[in-house]
Amino acid sequence: MKYVEEYRDADLTGKLLSDLRRAVTQPWTLMEVCGGQTHSIIKSGLDEMLPQEITLIHGPGCPVCVTPLELVDKAIALAMRPEVIFTSYGDMLRVPGSERDLFAVRAAGGDVRIVYSPLDALKIAKDNPKKIVVFFAIGFETTAPANAMAVVQAKAQNIQNFAVLVSHVTVPAAIRALMESPDVRVDGFLAAGHVCTVMGYWEYEPLAAQYRIPIVVTGFEPVDLLHGILMCVQELEAGRQEVRNAYARSVTREGNRPAQAVIQRVFEICDRAWRGIGVIPQSGYRLRPEFALYDAEQRFPDVQAIETRESPLCISGLVLQGIKKPVECKAFGKECTPERPLGATMVSSEGACAAYYRYGRLAAKGKS
Amino acid sequence: MCLGIPGKVIELYKTNGMQMARIDFGGVIKEACMEYLPDVKVGDYTIIHVGFGLSILDEKEALETMDLLKQIDALGSEEGTAV
Repeated sequence: MKYVEEYRDADLTGKLLSDLRRAVTQPWTLMEVCGGQTHSIIKSGLDEMLPQEITLIHGPGCPVCVTPLELVDKAIALAMRPEVIFTSYGDMLRVPGSERDLFAVRAAGGDVRIVYSPLDALKIAKDNPKKIVVFFAIGFETTAPANAMAVVQAKAQNIQNFAVLVSHVTVPAAIRALMESPDVRVDGFLAAGHVCTVMGYWEYEPLAAQYRIPIVVTGFEPVDLLHGILMCVQELEAGRQEVRNAYARSVTREGNRPAQAVIQRVFEICDRAWRGIGVIPQSGYRLRPEFALYDAEQRFPDVQAIETRESPLCISGLVLQGIKKPVECKAFGKECTPERPLGATMVSSEGACAAYYRYGRLAAKGKS
Repeated sequence: MCLGIPGKVIELYKTNGMQMARIDFGGVIKEACMEYLPDVKVGDYTIIHVGFGLSILDEKEALETMDLLKQIDALGSEEGTAV
C-alpha cells in the first residue's frame, strides 16, 4: 500500500542503521512517547538492531494504560445500569477495574458494545431512544477531534440520550511531568506523529528550550522511527536542542486547525489523574459547561466517589514513566499475561508490557 | 489507538450535514468523517483515526523525505568505504 510499504523497506532500514552507527559517539537515552511507536519498535526488532549506545525507553503514550482506575470503575458502574448501553474502543473492555472488567459486565448481561468510532456510538443512541448511550471518550489529542465531534453532532442533531465519560490527556503535559521527575532520565524525545498531526509541534518548542532537550516528531513505520532516532541523535551529538520534524508527510508546525478549533469549542483544560503516575496539573481535557448535558459524570451523579483497589504486584506506573522495563517486573509473564492482565500496560495494543510479551522479549537482556 | 492508517479517498458525500468519505485501505472500504479536512479531494491519501480524517498526506514532502534518506545513505556509504 502506498505510504506504507516504502517505509518498511529492509534495505533502507539497513542503510539508516549504518548511518546511525556512524552518527553516534556516546550513550544516549531516547524516549518514544507513543505506545503505538513502542509496539512498532518491538515488533520490527529495531530495539535489538540499534547501536549499543542508544537506549530506547518507553513513554506514557498509551491512552488505555493511563486511564485512571477510578474512571474504569465508573465505566463499569455505568455499564451495569439497565438503562445504559455502554460503548467503548475495544481495548478498554479488558482493562482490569478494582473488581472486574467491562467484559465481565457484558458476560453478566450488561449491554456493552465495542465501537470503532464515536460516531458509531452516536448512531446507537439514535437507534435506541429509550436507552442512554454512554461512550468512553478516552485518548490523547489524536482521538479528541473525533470525541469532540460526536458531542457537537449530538447537540446539533438534538440526540439527548448520548453522554461521554471523558478521560482525555495531553502529551506536552506528560513531557513536562517526566522532565520534572527526579527519577526519569531522558536525553531526547520522539514525539508522537499522529498527536502532532492534530496539534502541530509549536507546543513543543518552549519545552525543548526550557528543558534543553531535543524533540523530534516521528512516524510509526520502521523507516520513520529510524529517521526520527537519527535526527534526535544528530541533535544530541551536535549539542542542539531543537524541535524537528521527521514525519513531514503528515505533520505541519501548526497542525490541523479545524480539529484544534472543535477541541477548543468542546473541551477545556483540567488537571487529570494518570493511572500509575498520579495527578498531572493541566494535563487533560474535560467538557465545557455548555456541554454538561452530554457529560456522563454529571448525568449520573451517584456514580461518583468510588473506592479503588490496584494490584499490589503491578508496577505499570514505573513502566509508563520509562523507569522500569516490563521484564523488570516480577509478575511479568507469570501472574500477569495478556490473558490475565494485572495492569493496563499488559492489556492494550499500545501497552509496553503487552508488546514485550507478544514479541518475545521475555527476559531482561544486557542491552535493551 | 494512535496508529492512524493511510487510505485513499474514493468518494465524498454528506450525511447529516457532515462531510463523509468512502476510504480504500488497500481493498478494504470504510466510511470516515472528513469535517477536519475541508480541502480533501477524491484521490487524496489521508490518515484516518477512529473514523476521522486528520491529515492529507503530502506527496511532495514524502518524496523529498525519501530522497533525503537515500542521499544520506549514499554519502554514508562513501564514508564507510573510505574507513
